[in-house]
This record gives sequence, structure tokens and C-alpha cells, in this order.
Amino acid sequence: MAGYIIETAKGKWEVVVGLEIHCQIISKSKIFSGASTEFGDDPNTNVSFVDAGFPGMLPVLNEECVHQAVKTGLGLNAKINKYSEFSRKNYFYADMPTDYQITQFRYPIVGEGEIDIDLSDGATKKIGIERMHIEQDAGKSIHDLSPTKSYIDLNRAGVGLMEIVTKPDFRSPEEAGAFLRKLRSILRYLGTCDGNMDEGSMRCDVNVSVRPYGSDELRTRCEMKNVNSVKFVMQAIENEAKRHVEVYENGGTIAQETRQFDPTTGHTKVMRKKEFAHDYRYFPEPDLPPLVLDDDYINSVKAEMIELPDAKKHRFVETLGLTPYDAMVLCENKETADFFEKAASGHDAKKVANWMMGDFFAMLNKKRLDIAQSPVSAENLGALVELISKDVISGKIAKDVFEIMSETGKNPEQIVEEKGLKQVTDTKAIEAIIETVIASNADNVAAYKSGKTNLAGWFVGQVIKMSQGKANPAIVNKLVRERLDK
Amino acid sequence: MSDITKLTIAQALDGLKRKEFTATELTSAYIKNMENGRHYNAYITECADKAMIQAQNADKRYSEGTNRALEGIPLGIKDLFCTKDIRTTAASHILDNFVPPYESTVTANLLDDGAVFLGKLNLDEFAMGGSNETSYFGPVINPWSKDKNLVPGGSSGGSAAAVAAHLCAGATGTDTGGSIREPAAFCGITGIKPTYGRCSRYGIVAFASSLDQAGPIAQDVTDCALLLNSMAGFDEKDSTSCKVETPDFTSFLSGNVKGLVIGLPKEYRPEGLNDEVAKYWDKAAEMLKSRGAIVKEISLPHTKYALATYYVLAPAEASSNLARYDGIRYGFRAVADGEHLDELYIKTRSLGFGKEVKRRIMIGTYVLSAGYYDAYYLKAQKMRRLIQNDFIEAFKECDVILTPTSPITAFPIGDESMLQNPINMYLNDVFTVSVNLAGLPAMSLPIGLAENGLPLAMQLIGKPFDEATIFKVASKLEADAGFERK
Repeated sequence: MAGYIIETAKGKWEVVVGLEIHCQIISKSKIFSGASTEFGDDPNTNVSFVDAGFPGMLPVLNEECVHQAVKTGLGLNAKINKYSEFSRKNYFYADMPTDYQITQFRYPIVGEGEIDIDLSDGATKKIGIERMHIEQDAGKSIHDLSPTKSYIDLNRAGVGLMEIVTKPDFRSPEEAGAFLRKLRSILRYLGTCDGNMDEGSMRCDVNVSVRPYGSDELRTRCEMKNVNSVKFVMQAIENEAKRHVEVYENGGTIAQETRQFDPTTGHTKVMRKKEFAHDYRYFPEPDLPPLVLDDDYINSVKAEMIELPDAKKHRFVETLGLTPYDAMVLCENKETADFFEKAASGHDAKKVANWMMGDFFAMLNKKRLDIAQSPVSAENLGALVELISKDVISGKIAKDVFEIMSETGKNPEQIVEEKGLKQVTDTKAIEAIIETVIASNADNVAAYKSGKTNLAGWFVGQVIKMSQGKANPAIVNKLVRERLDK
Repeated sequence: MSDITKLTIAQALDGLKRKEFTATELTSAYIKNMENGRHYNAYITECADKAMIQAQNADKRYSEGTNRALEGIPLGIKDLFCTKDIRTTAASHILDNFVPPYESTVTANLLDDGAVFLGKLNLDEFAMGGSNETSYFGPVINPWSKDKNLVPGGSSGGSAAAVAAHLCAGATGTDTGGSIREPAAFCGITGIKPTYGRCSRYGIVAFASSLDQAGPIAQDVTDCALLLNSMAGFDEKDSTSCKVETPDFTSFLSGNVKGLVIGLPKEYRPEGLNDEVAKYWDKAAEMLKSRGAIVKEISLPHTKYALATYYVLAPAEASSNLARYDGIRYGFRAVADGEHLDELYIKTRSLGFGKEVKRRIMIGTYVLSAGYYDAYYLKAQKMRRLIQNDFIEAFKECDVILTPTSPITAFPIGDESMLQNPINMYLNDVFTVSVNLAGLPAMSLPIGLAENGLPLAMQLIGKPFDEATIFKVASKLEADAGFERK
């Protein structure tokens, strides 16, 4: 897209953004213990002695989390590092029971990669992935239950996380938003993270700086922690960038600091200045040997990879003739894409796509249903399109049929049959109706004949009305004109 | 009947099998010794009642003929091993109310083999010390003390003193820089630190994870083999434990040393090495030579850096391992309700840890902090690699290495020079720390008495997982030395 430029009376500025996204790994048990990762259980019920940091307890790496990370790395078109190491990040906090986090520092499991993002003008842009590493999550501190006490829930402590770090490749809030949507889509396709930002299973830190438009310098950045929706990320970038511009234009300097985004105001405020930044004293985790993966293992994970949204989108455009926009929307989540493919199988794919983008999504929205709960099955949607293609019903009748389908879940053939909605294409039957209409509207026939030829449309309408909408409009149109011009 | 507590474990097992006495009688005799020997301060927690129940169960097993390898043998457990439902303190105020709900793998192995636990043995706080004087529960008195009370060595001082004074038949120890071997030497008994990864660290309060290793302290070489048979083995709960077979270590005791090459590192004979120590070292080499072994001078060129390397790496790991003792979830807490979290940390840790532990946490924190990491921690890691390489090279020329265990004999409790300058205390570890840095197995066994009437000891260092050769050589050295234990 054309550059996102912040223009003031004094000059033009460009925004430079990088993201760090924490994604909770979908796995049955935690990354270093056997405790369950179930979300929403009673506080402190899914906690092992390892998670609670008891004396003498040792972490044991959960192979399932490694597998999920490798899968994700492949989904990000990234290099899988055969050698990676765990490190300890040391800091004291009540919801971090060992008072250090086991993470990866110098040697992450996944190296550089890139993904395409889709922009609103139809263009795509490549966003670089710097690295991805795996680590453990902290527990939750609850500060609002008592005026004098804090409560700790360790159910989340030790759940596996993948931290994805992008290159500072974003030049607008829109690009960052598009990236998050694409990333979420890939993770959900892979089944490695459910990507629910509002539940915290995907959390985003945003690094923002600005520079004079056209320059390639990198100025001091500020980091905003845990921004928890795509909308807020975009808003945070926009407002933080404006703040930087204002500071620079008033002759000030930006200090490197951690800031907090306030969703109620849309603005950011200082959380921690650089001089109070933690010294995390990273060092290699002596309780875990380095993680070494061989080619056979990586290849076996590669063999499990499924078609991801971009590849699917291209296929829908190339072989099914969809517009890039329709293809992008239909591919954003796998269930929708699968539904579409099932519905389109053997039918007119473009028409199926139109129906999905229109009435079908509108129906789901109205009923607040997931696609998995849709009363209209993929097969039935395909069958409906087929009835239109074969002129069995008109597009107009089809809308009524769809309405019934979404209420009853019945298949369209049955509905058309039961309600007698089959389109009349029999010219004899249509001609008979035309005769009736002409006979009872002699004055309009005379007016037509005297030159008011636009009355033809009125006659067509009357005929279709009399057929209760079942007469094929094209045939009616042709026959009406022939009859009037006779 | 003669005093059955003077028997070795091998002899006691024999007596039990022949029904010369019962396990209950044996345990009662040790409990009586414990009561009479409380002035040694070897035990932090005595478990006489539990022990009697275990002994009764052992007698049942003997009568049924289902007796296991260590059935009815009364042991003392270093209070660094977590024991289910038995208080485990690490000799620290910060854990003085901690009762683990789980059993360490090593003690579980011993229980599975029928051992009886008499209680938890004193040690230096968190195993940090070489004299057992840093214990929150006070110093342990060396049974060899005459006019002045002497230290038993550390950190497994309670274990060594209890074995020497027959307050248990054998004991567990842990060794991070010499903590099994030095006290064994000071108390005239035998102890082996196995290869890193031979025994599971699961459930042992961690000091320095990459150096810590559990091992037995016992009357003689045979008893060490018997105990190690039970303690060792791969454990999936410790990712650093190794998947290697545990041989029957007693099977190597009858072996022949003819043709074996015994290496004597020249760097272990610095200017000013105590004459008596040097004399006994030569004598030990002579003993083996006269049995047909080949004695050879070898070089371990980086020896002089070992102590400095150790005192960077061990505190670094300790500073992180001990972070979890924060007063939040278990153990001592020194704060009133409603005070800030930082207050809780500061007060709890200031009051909960002793001076030496705090010193090491501060050293460790310093060497890992930003700006100093490369100069200290990273450099020490590189040096550790060089020290490991020294041994790899040396073992190309010899089968086992013979050195003194300690440059001195046991010294008086409260020795001014040790207390005023901790470096003097650290220097006692000069012959033992390299072994931990290289992850090698090493045994200390008494060789004779110094002129002051106190025991001196030799150390045998083996190749990784070659405890077999150590046992073989040690059994011969033990026979030739004819050392008379207390």
C-alpha cells in the first residue's frame, strides 16, 4: 500500500514497527512438567511441584511442545535450528515460582523466516521473522480481590509459549494488524496456538519508533507490553508514533522505555524507564541439555504439514477463479476454507464463493454461530447453487429457499419440492399466463402499442407475480416482448 | 554380642541373613548410639519411630525370605535430599519448617532396596562450605576430635561424622566441589562422588546444578559399592541423568591392578605441599606399584585455574537456584500481612539465609550481571572446557589418577584464619573441584594418620562412568593401607 505517512506542518514522518508475539502452545501438558494446560479450571489445580518451584524439582522438556514449535517454524517459512539451548532469565516476581523463567536466549529453536501479509488494496508484503523461541509462561497475579493482598494462580505457570520476534518491517498500523491476522490464521491452521488475544493465548508487545520520511535511520524505540487485540495494536502504533513525532518536532528526545497501552484512552504511559530495566542475568539452563534435532525429525514434521492459507488462497484464485479478496477472506480460517471447498465441489465455485461472502456469512453473523454450527451444511449450500445454475429456481427464489434452509437445516431440493418453488420454464404455461395478463389489461396494451414500450417491464412483473415468482424471468421477458410486438 | 554398630554394611547384611541379630536390634543399637552421640550434632532431624517401623518390616521380609539388597540397613540421609513427610531443611533457616510431599529419586531407590532411614544429617547451609560451620543448626563435631573440637569437613559433615561415630551404618552425601570427599577424608572414612549423571538429582535441593552429584559415604570401599548400586540409575525426571547401565560395583572389588596405569598429576604437588601429605601420596603410589600397577607422572595444566573457575560457576548457578526461596509458597517468611512484595523478599531472604549463602548469592549475581558476564561467567565456562580437556588428554595416558584428597587434616571449629578470610577455606577444595568441573567420578579413602593423629586421605579419579576402575584400585589401596577407623 502507499506509505503511511504522518504529515505535520513541519514535515513528513514514517513509522517503524516490530512485534514480539507470545503464543501459548497447544499441548496437553506443560512445557517442563506433566501438569495439565486446561484453561479455566479452578485456581491452582493444575500445578505440579515443578511448576510451583519446590526444592529439588527439575524441568523435563515436553516433546509435544518441541513438535509444535517446529511445525510453527515451518509454517513461518523459517529455518529450524538443529541446535538450540535453554537459558534462565532471572527476575523476582510472585507469579514466577522459581524466580527465573526457562526460555531460549542465544540459540533459539527457530531462526529467520518470512510471511506474506495481505493489505486492503489487494497488495501483499513480506514481513521478516527474526526468530522464534520456546519458553515457559508465568502464573497469574490477581490484585483486585483484596485491598491488602495479592492472589496467585499458578495454573498458567509452566504452560509452553512460542515467542515470535519480527524484523522491524512494519510501516503502518494496518500492516501490523494484517500480520497479526495472518499469523493467527497460520497458527490456527497448524493447530499450534488458538490465537485468542482476548483470552491471552496470544499476546503482543509492540516496538515503535519514527523517522523522517525517506530516511533509513533507526531511532530510539519504545516498547508497549501485552497489547491484547489487533485493534489495540493498531491504535497503540498510531498514537505512540504521533507522540514520538510531537516530541521530536518540539526539539525533545525519545527515551528508550517500556510503556503501557491503556485501551480505555488509546494512549500509552510509562511503565518502566531504561535505568530501571531488569538485568535478567541470562545463563544456560544447567538442568536441561541442549536441544538437538536431526534431519529425520525435521523431515517427519515437514511431512505432516498441511496446506497453509497463502497456498490455499493462490489455489483458489488460480484453479477456482476466485477474486484474490474472496479467496483471502475464505482462507483466513481453515474451517471456512474447508467448508467452501466442500460446498464448491462439483458446483460453480465462484457462485458458491458469492453465496458464502453474502447471505451465508450474514446468516452466521445474525445467528452468532461459528461455521461449525451452521444449520446450512456445505453440501446443501452447494446443492442450492446447483439449483440456480440449472435454472431450477431463480436467484430470487433461492434467497427464500436459503432462508428456510437456515431455519430448518433441510436440503434445498426438498424445500423446492415441498413448496412447489420449481421455476416454470415451460413456454406453454408461461404463454397462458401472459394471455391472462394481456386480456385483463387492454388499456396498457394499447398504451404500449402507441409507443409507451417501457410498459414491457410492467407486464413482465405482472406475469412473474401471477406465477408466484416461479416463472423464469428471462423466458418471461422474451415471450412478453414477442407477444406485445406481435 | 559384640557391638553390632561397628559392623560394615556388608557384615551387617551377612549377620541379618544368618539371623545373628534382627533388623530391629540393629536399628535400636544405632538409635542408642544417636542418643549417646548427640554432642556430635550430626543429625538435624532424628526419625527413630519411623526407623523402627521400617526395621520391623525388614525383619518380616527376612523371615519371609523376600529381603532386598539393603534390607534393614540403617542409614543417615544428608538433609539436602527431600524425604517424603520428613522435614528437609538444607541446614537453612529458610527451609527449617519445610516438609516435602515427595521423595528424592536416590532416597526412593534406597527405600526400595529395604534401607532404614534413621534421620536427616547436618551439613553446611545449602551445601555451601567446607567445614559444616555454615549450618543454621550449628557445627558438627569430628569424632576424631581430642582436646579441641574439630570440624568434620563439609559440606556433608553430618554424614561423615555420623558414619565415623557409628551413628548410622552408611550415609548419603552430595558433592559439588568436594562435599563428599573432603569430609570423608577428615573423618577417616570412604566416600565416592560418582560420574555426573550417574545418580539422579531429582529431589535433591540444588546448589550448582551442573556440578551437584549424589554419592555414598560409608565405612569402607565395599560399603560404598553396595550403596552406590542402589543409589545410581537413569531417571527420566532428571534430564541430566545418563542412560547408562548400573553395573554391580561390588564385582570390581576383587579385580587385579596389574598393568593398570596410575597417573600422578604434577600440578597437584605445588611448592609448599604439606610433607606428610606428599609422603603418603608417594607411599600410596608405591603400594600400587608393588601390586604391578604402572605409576606415571601426568599433567593437568589448567589445574591452577580450577578453584577460580569453580568459585565463579558454582555461585552463578546457586544465585539462580536459590532464588525460589522467597517466602511465597513454602519455608520461612519474614513479613507482616499487607507489606509490599519487595519487603517480603528482602526481609525473608536477609533473615532466612546465612552469611556464606548470601556471600555466594552475591558473587553469583555479580558474575552473571550485564557487563560482567563475559569477563567472569563466560570466561569460567571456557576454562571449564579446558580443564575437561586436560583430563581427556591425561586419560589417554593413564587409567586412573591418584592424588591427595585434601592438603590438610581436620582443623578446629572456629579457626580464625578460615573464618576471617573465606579464601583460606576455599583453598581446601584445591584437589577436589576439578573433578566436579569435569564431571568425573572420584573416591576418597583414608591412607593413614598424620603426626597430629588425624586421618589423611587419597583421591582416585576415574574416566567418565568408569567407577569400576576406581573400585578396583581402591580395594587394593584400602587393603594395603590397613587404616584403622574409629
